[in-house]
Amino acid sequence: MCTYSTEHVPATGSGKGATGWFRLSEVSVYLDHPAHALAGHTLNIDFLNPAQGPSARVAVELTAQTALALARAIESTLAAAPPGLA
Amino acid sequence: MNEALTAETVMMKGHEGDELEAYLARPDGAGTFGGVVVIHHRPGYDSATKEITRRFAAHGYAALMPNLYYRDSPGASPDDAAAAARAKGGVPDEQVVGDVAGAAAYLRGLPGCNGKIGVVGYCSGGRQSFLAACSLPFDAAVDCYGGAVVRVPTGAPASMKPLIGLSKNLSCPLLGLFGADDQFPTPAETAELSRTLDEFGKPHEFHTFTGAGHAFFSVDRAAYRVEAAVEGWEKIWDFFGRHLAGKG
Repeated sequence: MCTYSTEHVPATGSGKGATGWFRLSEVSVYLDHPAHALAGHTLNIDFLNPAQGPSARVAVELTAQTALALARAIESTLAAAPPGLA
Repeated sequence: MNEALTAETVMMKGHEGDELEAYLARPDGAGTFGGVVVIHHRPGYDSATKEITRRFAAHGYAALMPNLYYRDSPGASPDDAAAAARAKGGVPDEQVVGDVAGAAAYLRGLPGCNGKIGVVGYCSGGRQSFLAACSLPFDAAVDCYGGAVVRVPTGAPASMKPLIGLSKNLSCPLLGLFGADDQFPTPAETAELSRTLDEFGKPHEFHTFTGAGHAFFSVDRAAYRVEAAVEGWEKIWDFFGRHLAGKG
C-alpha cells in the first residue's frame, strides 16, 4: 500500500548529495515503498534543501529493524557525549 | 503483432495549459490504434513505468505517461521528484485530472488514433485512474490496486478525499485488478466499491488474485507475483481489446 503520512523535521547541518555537499534545511521521514531497497516497505529518510531544488537530497531506505537500531544509536551517541559537545 | 514500436519524450499541455514532459510509445507501421494514458505510481515517472508504457505500444496501443511531478521538478531524477512531491503533500486531484485530460487529448490528436482512449494506473495511479474515469470521458479504465478510493488512510493530506462518491459519474467500463493480501485497498473495500458500481449500473470487472498483495505487477520489487502479473496482463489485453479496438 501507499502511505501518505510524512514527518517533517526542520534541520541544521549538511548532507552530501549526488553533486557534492549542501546545507540542509529539512528532513522528511516516512514509511512507504522504496525506490531501490528490496522490500515492500521501508523507513525512508530524505535530507533536503528544497530551496536548492529537488536534487538537493540525500536519501536512505532502511528496514524497520535498521531504522530502530539507528535511532537508538543516535540517542545513545548523543547521551554519551562529553558535556558541552552536544 | 510484431511488437515494433517507437518511444520518446514529448512535451504536452496539462492542467491549466501547463507544459509537461511525457513519455510516448506508439506502435510502428500503418493502421489505426487506440490510445492509453498511463498514470505512474507514487515513486514517479520511473524506468519501470516507462517499460509498462512501451508494453502497451508493443501490443498495438499508443501510450502516453505524463510526468505528474514535472512542474516542481523539471529535469530531476524520478526519485528526487517523487520525494519533492511528497514533501509538498502530494499532487492535488484536480491537477491530476487536468493532466490526464491533456494526455488523452494528445493521444486523440495523433495521426492513426481511432479516437478510443483508455486509462490505466498502478498503486496511487490506480486511484487516479478511477478518478480520471469518473471525471473525464474515457472508453475503458483499469485500476491496478489503487487505494484511497473507498477510505483515505491516516495521515493523508486534508485535500485527499475518498472517491467512491464519484461512482455514479464513471464514464466507461472499469477493470479492477487487486491482490487478496493487500491492505490498501482491502478485498472488503473493493467489494464495497463493486456493490456501489452495481447500484449505479456501471459495468465493471474486478479480479482479486490469491497469493498477491499490493504492487504485484512490479517486476523490480519484492511485491512482484508472477502468476498474478501474467494473468493480470492477459485480462488487460482482453479488456482493452474489447473496448479500444476499431473506429471511435
